[in-house]
Amino acid sequence: MNMREGRMVWVRRIREPRDGEVTPYETWLNRRHFIGRTAKAAVASALVPGLLAGCDVAPGGAAARERGADPGAGEPAGRPGGAGPQESPTGPAPGRDWAGVRSELDEPLNSWQDITTYNNFYEFGTGKEDPARNAHTLRPRPWSVAVEGHVAKPGVYDLEDFLAPHAVEERVYRLRCVEAWSMVIPWRGIPLADVVRRLEPTSKAKYVEMTTLYDPEQMPGQRRRILEWPYVEALRLDEAMHPLTLLATGLYGRNLPNQNGAPLRLVVPWKYGFKSVKSIVRFRFLDEMPPTTWAVSAPSEYGFYANVNPEVDHPRWSQARERRLGEFRRRPTLMFNGYADEVAHLYSGMDLRRWF
Amino acid sequence: MARDPKIVAAKAGIWALCLAPAGWLAFDAATGRLGANPIETVLLRTGWWTLVLLLASLAITPLRRLSGRGRLVRFRRLVGLFAFAYGTTHLLGYVVLDQWFAWPYIVEDIAERPFILAGFAAWCLLLPLAVTSTRGWIRRLGRAWGRLHRLVYVAAGLGVLHFYWKVKADTREPLVFAAILALLLAARVPPVRNLLTRAGRSARSRPGLRGRDARGEVASAPGP
Repeated sequence: MNMREGRMVWVRRIREPRDGEVTPYETWLNRRHFIGRTAKAAVASALVPGLLAGCDVAPGGAAARERGADPGAGEPAGRPGGAGPQESPTGPAPGRDWAGVRSELDEPLNSWQDITTYNNFYEFGTGKEDPARNAHTLRPRPWSVAVEGHVAKPGVYDLEDFLAPHAVEERVYRLRCVEAWSMVIPWRGIPLADVVRRLEPTSKAKYVEMTTLYDPEQMPGQRRRILEWPYVEALRLDEAMHPLTLLATGLYGRNLPNQNGAPLRLVVPWKYGFKSVKSIVRFRFLDEMPPTTWAVSAPSEYGFYANVNPEVDHPRWSQARERRLGEFRRRPTLMFNGYADEVAHLYSGMDLRRWF
Repeated sequence: MARDPKIVAAKAGIWALCLAPAGWLAFDAATGRLGANPIETVLLRTGWWTLVLLLASLAITPLRRLSGRGRLVRFRRLVGLFAFAYGTTHLLGYVVLDQWFAWPYIVEDIAERPFILAGFAAWCLLLPLAVTSTRGWIRRLGRAWGRLHRLVYVAAGLGVLHFYWKVKADTREPLVFAAILALLLAARVPPVRNLLTRAGRSARSRPGLRGRDARGEVASAPGP
């Protein structure tokens, strides 16, 4: 077992990097610094040994890396070449002590059932259970990702190539929806910062905009204009570069189920869930703050920042408390969803009532 | 008044229909079919059925005019009381399941959130209507009873508004409720009301067409 990673709390590299994929020393140093601060902030409990011992080494070539990272035997994940339909995974990766996995605040995980049947993904219907029912029409492979704007390496990348240079990690995050419910989810993915660094944004780039697929054939909910399609979200560049910001490719040790935003989605744990755009097909590096979907749909209710803040209520309901799915009593909502020590400095001097 | 077996049977049917959603909810709760957020499911379903039954109770009078079946009015109170029962369950679900008696938050919700205020106000308006629905109160209040019970129009409007304000972006369903409510209220505007009555009469007066309905009305309706 790798004790160094054991202390990383919610961060676990699940595949040893190959030559040319080693994390640059500076990046590693930054991570160490960040983790040191989290540890000081009483972010104490380590991932359980069972999880760490589970499957640290994932063999296989580049094309098989998704499969390698996905220890579920027999699952047709990430077929080389991406031909043919792909089944959405139907349960946690076996052989792991998921029940023992906790967040850094010692919270247990929400069940696979909760995480994959209670989704806001209006591209597949506006009911919470609609995406699980309807998202089978999404074809997450093959998948390509466009990179545009103020960036040194624009282009259209095949998803496998887009992800290949980066080490995959597992992280347990709280997800707080703007509707005042929350879950604890074991994500798998790569830090967005790693990707952004590799794409080399120019000095003009101040924001990263991410866009969901637009294809009413695959996403039947887009046939009605409930929102302005395609769904667009964005982060300030420093938010995108923050080590907590994740580009998720999986959960519970599996590839992302379609209803959770396969094959690639954003996870920004200190912001309300709607910031975490799903099924991303485009990254755009911009010099100005772009309009984002919910902020356009209801500007008085949803802002660009959307930081979890128990003191700033939604106009129609309180944000002071939340219901953790699976719990009966509401629990207090934490400032920045419990990640204040890590992210509050990003917003120092800002009036968070105004920039909600 | 002698107990008409047809009316008794119809009332039994209405009881069964109105209790079915509650039974269905109880069954789903007992078998763990309420989804990942069962409390939300309980609130959504009880609220939805409150509105459906409220609109159903408001549909009875226009239907009576159109069909000439005066006896339909005998079911109005029952459907209205079921609407109130679902509304009360919905409110209790919010106070007990959703908030667990967190009164400061409940008071804040009602005071500061129009969406919750609208729903709460609708229930408050229905309460005196349920209380005064007995034969004794109808007699005691006389003409005032009819005026008092026009509050149901306001309550239904507030209920639909509550639903409309609750949804985030997909307003289709609340708008369908709003459209139905608008039709039912329009049917009460005097010119429209008279039109409905005349349309119903002329349809029934054609020989062979719904003749039995017409006879039924003559037999039971008071006056000429």
